[in-house]
Order: sequence, then C-alpha cells, then structure tokens
Amino acid sequence: MGLRVALTGNHAVAYAVKLADPDVIAAYPITPQTSIVEKLAELIDKGELRARMIRVESEHSALAACFGAAVAGARTFTATSSQGLLYMHEFVHWVSRARIPVVMAIVSRTINTPWNIWPDHSDFVDQRDAGWVMSYAMDSQEAFDLTLQAFKVSEDPSVYLPVMVGLEGFIIGHTAMPVEIPDENIVKEWLGERRQPYVIDGSEPLGLGGLTFPEDTEDMFYHIQEAMNNAKNVIKKVDEEYGKLFGRKYGGLVSCYNCIDAKYIAISMGAWSGDLVEAVDKLREEGYPVGALRIRYYRPFPAEDIWEIVRNAKGIVVFDRAISFGAWGQIYTDLVAGFSLYTNKLPQMANIVAGIAGVNVISEDFYGILKSFIDKSESGTLERNYFAWIKVRR
Amino acid sequence: MLYEIIFLGRGGQGGVTASNILVQAAIYENKYGQGFPFFGAERRGAPVAAYARISDKPILRHGMFNEADILVILDDSLIKLGIVKKYTVRDNGTLIINTPEKTIPRDQVSTRGKVNVYAVNATMIARELGLIVAGWPLVNTPMLGALSAATRLVSLENIEKATLYYFGSKLGAKNVEAIKRAYMETMYLSEV
Amino acid sequence: MVKVVKPPRNDKLPLTRPVIGVAGKTGLWRNMKPLVNNVKCTRCYQCEIYCPVNAINVEPETGAMINYDYCKGCGLCMDVCPSGAITMIPETGE
Repeated sequence: MGLRVALTGNHAVAYAVKLADPDVIAAYPITPQTSIVEKLAELIDKGELRARMIRVESEHSALAACFGAAVAGARTFTATSSQGLLYMHEFVHWVSRARIPVVMAIVSRTINTPWNIWPDHSDFVDQRDAGWVMSYAMDSQEAFDLTLQAFKVSEDPSVYLPVMVGLEGFIIGHTAMPVEIPDENIVKEWLGERRQPYVIDGSEPLGLGGLTFPEDTEDMFYHIQEAMNNAKNVIKKVDEEYGKLFGRKYGGLVSCYNCIDAKYIAISMGAWSGDLVEAVDKLREEGYPVGALRIRYYRPFPAEDIWEIVRNAKGIVVFDRAISFGAWGQIYTDLVAGFSLYTNKLPQMANIVAGIAGVNVISEDFYGILKSFIDKSESGTLERNYFAWIKVRR
Repeated sequence: MLYEIIFLGRGGQGGVTASNILVQAAIYENKYGQGFPFFGAERRGAPVAAYARISDKPILRHGMFNEADILVILDDSLIKLGIVKKYTVRDNGTLIINTPEKTIPRDQVSTRGKVNVYAVNATMIARELGLIVAGWPLVNTPMLGALSAATRLVSLENIEKATLYYFGSKLGAKNVEAIKRAYMETMYLSEV
Repeated sequence: MVKVVKPPRNDKLPLTRPVIGVAGKTGLWRNMKPLVNNVKCTRCYQCEIYCPVNAINVEPETGAMINYDYCKGCGLCMDVCPSGAITMIPETGE
C-alpha cells in the first residue's frame, strides 16, 4: 500500500506527472488549472522532478512547444482549461493527426463570454472530434490514476494518439481528497521507456506534415479511426494491469453502479456522478429499480460497452453537463448515434442538460428528476423521448 | 457517518489549510475526507468559508453547502456582522467559536434543532505562543484542536500528526503546542 | 530515453524524406539564363547567398559559378550583384 495523502485533484495530477518522469513541460496558467503547473514548477525547483519547464506566453505556444519536444522524442505534459484550450485548439488537431503521444490535463471550466470560472464539461467535449483519447475523473484518486495511465495508453504502438484527462475545476481540482501514491520504481518499470512512431532528432532529414494528396491523407485519418478502436482494448488492458500492480481497477471505459438488475439507468460523467449515486441509493431504498452508469472514457466512445449494460433497460436518462447549441447534450448525441448501430428499438430516453456554467446540482435534484422520469414511464404517461434543459435554482 | 463542516473566517486566516489538515487527519484514521475553499475569488480580510466533509465511507457528494453539522468560527467579529447566521447548524450539531466571550447572541446564529456551543480563546493562545504571521494570529490550527475536543470527530493525536506533516517539524511543533492548549481550554458554553 | 516503434498495421504517417532532384532537373524550366563576367566579379558572395535554389557557388579563383542543371533563371543574382557582373540572356541564346 502506497503513501496516502490529502491532495487536491490538481495536485494529484501533478504528482502523477512526476511519477511519469516527463522530459519537457510547457504551460500557461489559467484558473482553475494553475495549481497543477505551480506544483510541477515547485517539484522541479526542489529537484524532485527533472523535467525542463518552458514558460510560454500562451496556451497555443504551450501545446506547440510540447508537440515540438515530443516529435524530438521527449515525454511531455501540459494542462489547461476553457479559453486556454480553445486557444490551442488548432494544435489539439495538429498533435493527434501527427500521431504523436502527448498527455494533457483539462481542468474543466465553462466557456466565455461572459467571464466565468466555474465548471461544466463544455471545454472538454468541445474537443471530441480531434482524435485525442479522452477520459474524465470523478475524484482526486481517479485523476491521479487516469493521468498515469494516459502515458501508458498514448505511447502504446497500436494507439499512438495523445490523451487528455479531464476533471472539474474547483469541485475536483481544488478539493483535497485522499490519494494513494504508488511506488515510483514500480511505476517506472510499468511505464517503461517512451515509444513513438518516429523521431525527428537531426540524425536523418525528415519532413513532417508536407503537402499530401487526398488519397494518402484519407489513409492517415482512417488509421487514426482504427487506432481509436484499438485504444478500447488497450484501455481495458491498462486498467487490468494497473489493478494488479497498484490495487485499483475501475472496470474499463465505463463504470457501473447497481446496473445489473436495473430497469432504469442514469448515465453521467464527472464529479456529479457521485451525487447521482446518492440519489440512486435513495431511490433504491424506496423500491425504484434504478442504476447509475458513469462514463470514464468519452473517446473512444464506449457505445458497445454501454449497450451491453443497458440493452434490457426500460428507460435511460442521460445527464449532460454541456450543450451543443442548436442541438442536444453531446454525450446524449454520441450515445444515441452509437446505439443506433446496435438496435432499431431504443429504450425510452431522456436527455437532461443541467449544471451548466458551474450551477450546483446535488443529489436531491437528481432524485427529483429521476423519480419524475420513472413515475411517468411506469404509469405510461411518457409518450416520447425528450430533451430538457433543467435550470437548478435554490 | 458523514459530517459536513464549515470553517468561517476571513481570507488569509487559513480556513482552507484547516480543512486540508482535517482531511489528512481523517486519512490517518482510515476515513475519507474532502477539504476545499470557497469556489471563487477571495480577498485577504473579507469574510469567507472553507469546507470539509469527513466520512467512514467514500464521499459521493460534491460542492459547497451552507448547512453544516459542525460550524467553526475562526473570527468572532463575523457574528455581529450577521455573517454567521447565513450558515445553518443542523440538529445535534456543534458550533465552535474562537472568542473570549462566555455567551453568544442567540439571534445571530441559525440552527435546526439542538446545537451544542463550545468556545476557546484561540486568538489569545496564538498570541501567547507567538504564532503570528503578517500581524494576524494563526488561529486555524488551534481551532482544529478545539474541534477535536468538542466533537471527537478525529483524535487530537491525528490532528497533531497531520499538522506536523503539513507544516514540517519546525513550524509544525509550534502549531502543535497551540493545538494542545486549545484542546485543553475548549469549554462547553451551552445548548441552543 | 525514447524508442522508435512502428505502429503494428503499418499506419500511414505524415512524414516525408527528401530525395535529390525529385522535381527533376529544374534547369529545364528556364527561359532566361544568367551569364557571369569573371573579370567584373568581386567574389562578394551576394549571388550565392540570395540564389533561391542554391545553384551558385562562388570560389576565389573562378568567381561565381552557376549550376545550370538547377538554375531556374529567376534573375535575382543579377539584381543583387553590386558590380553588374551578371547579365540575363535568353535561354536559346537569341
């Protein structure tokens, strides 16, 4: 059993990065991410982390610097949120399409205008098309574990895609919770040395990203899609290995609570999944056959894994902490699209968008929403699937 | 068991540090905890809350709250300003105040059911031990001693151990003295 | 340390390796041709520096030597020569 310490989500990520022993860290501060990079700078200053830190002038440069160093063979890391992530958006695509492993932490914060520092998932899900493997934590321990596993997943030759690890700003990022830090020698041996598909280090002349005709380019992007599919197995394998070595296994791309005999299932991602489980417990005590399914990896989207669990459910409520303006919650959209590949008959479904821009949603709110859905479904008054943006106010 | 605790003080008095040390102490007792600041901007001197949750099971809920099982007042000037009554103490809860007074104005405190009130003059203890930083007496750690004395939520020993872990042995030792004194001097005032 | 390991399915990567003269001998593209007057040439190296295709080599004995396999006839060397040692003539010599 490793050392157990009270760490905020941000510091947990920093300590995981320390154990991964990166060569280069380039970052720019932004609330609520800053304490990750501050802690890393402190560790470098104390001599506990040998990485070279590049203090760049913007997030766009941060990811560009990480990318350049990574192409030259360095294991790199950066962290950002919200506007910073949007500022580096061009490079988010650049890195994945170059098939270069990089790890980035996203401490979720909503997107401006107006100025708002509080959490929702909009900055994170906004990157879903870029080709990064994307995971989301529910507490400090998982933020630590996912960050460490991100290096292993991204540097796997059958994946070779960058990985972003998400956690909510303040709710997880600034909240101190018990974290067990594993032995660094075992971690070092498990992670091994960095692997990547090519290195530009001056030993031979190489051009990266030159003008490429349509057919070749399409081949490259097709291979990214295949790598994403491989990533599902790699993620499960890494989860198993980690469980054996360090005692914590999460169950792969999704995590199931009381789902086995559940007639109704609530799906969510992130910290509020805990509040959702409290609501599920209360409903179960009252005889409602309901379970909670938590999405840990958002890309590659685990449609088959989820379908396997929910296929016999009568009703599903999908909670989204983000909105695609003009359409629906992003998780709901991906989920229904995924389900449509497995069935012609969907169960009764509802998409609930809530908690946007940091509005606090607690277990009592989940309880009310789920109870209402189940009561209506059981009494046959739920005519069709529906979308609702519920503004929780106290 | 799940306890929700609020540390009410002024920015810079170390409420967040107190909540973090409390979580570390809980870890030593194989419990679970959450410690966090007010989610947002804070200013030195402005009234502000820090939060903690302690449980014997993994804690599922998140986020700020304004009803607590234990309310710790680091700065008693907040009472007459009406800040304290914005936070409610639950039935069977505990109110612990850093004050030299022996009574509290009942209308400045919000409670549900029966609440036990304790007090200790942590400010005087900090001053006497020379625990002063930038002109402010360090009352956060002694108030953790008071919390342990009043509620037995975590043991005095583990509060001290967590404080030494957090501050290191040199600075921690002074804090531990203050914690011990506050633990001994915390007095039950009344039930409200 | 880092190890280069190829992806298992031989994924196509956005890499290119340089090949000499992959566009062929670009000298064939010319319709104007530079001529160097060896006497006027002061060996100042400006033409070698500014030639966009690196087709000029200046040596102390020979002055500016043009590699006509790759010279595309852009005329920059004539523009930058401070001593008027270079003139552009039609490719066919007319």
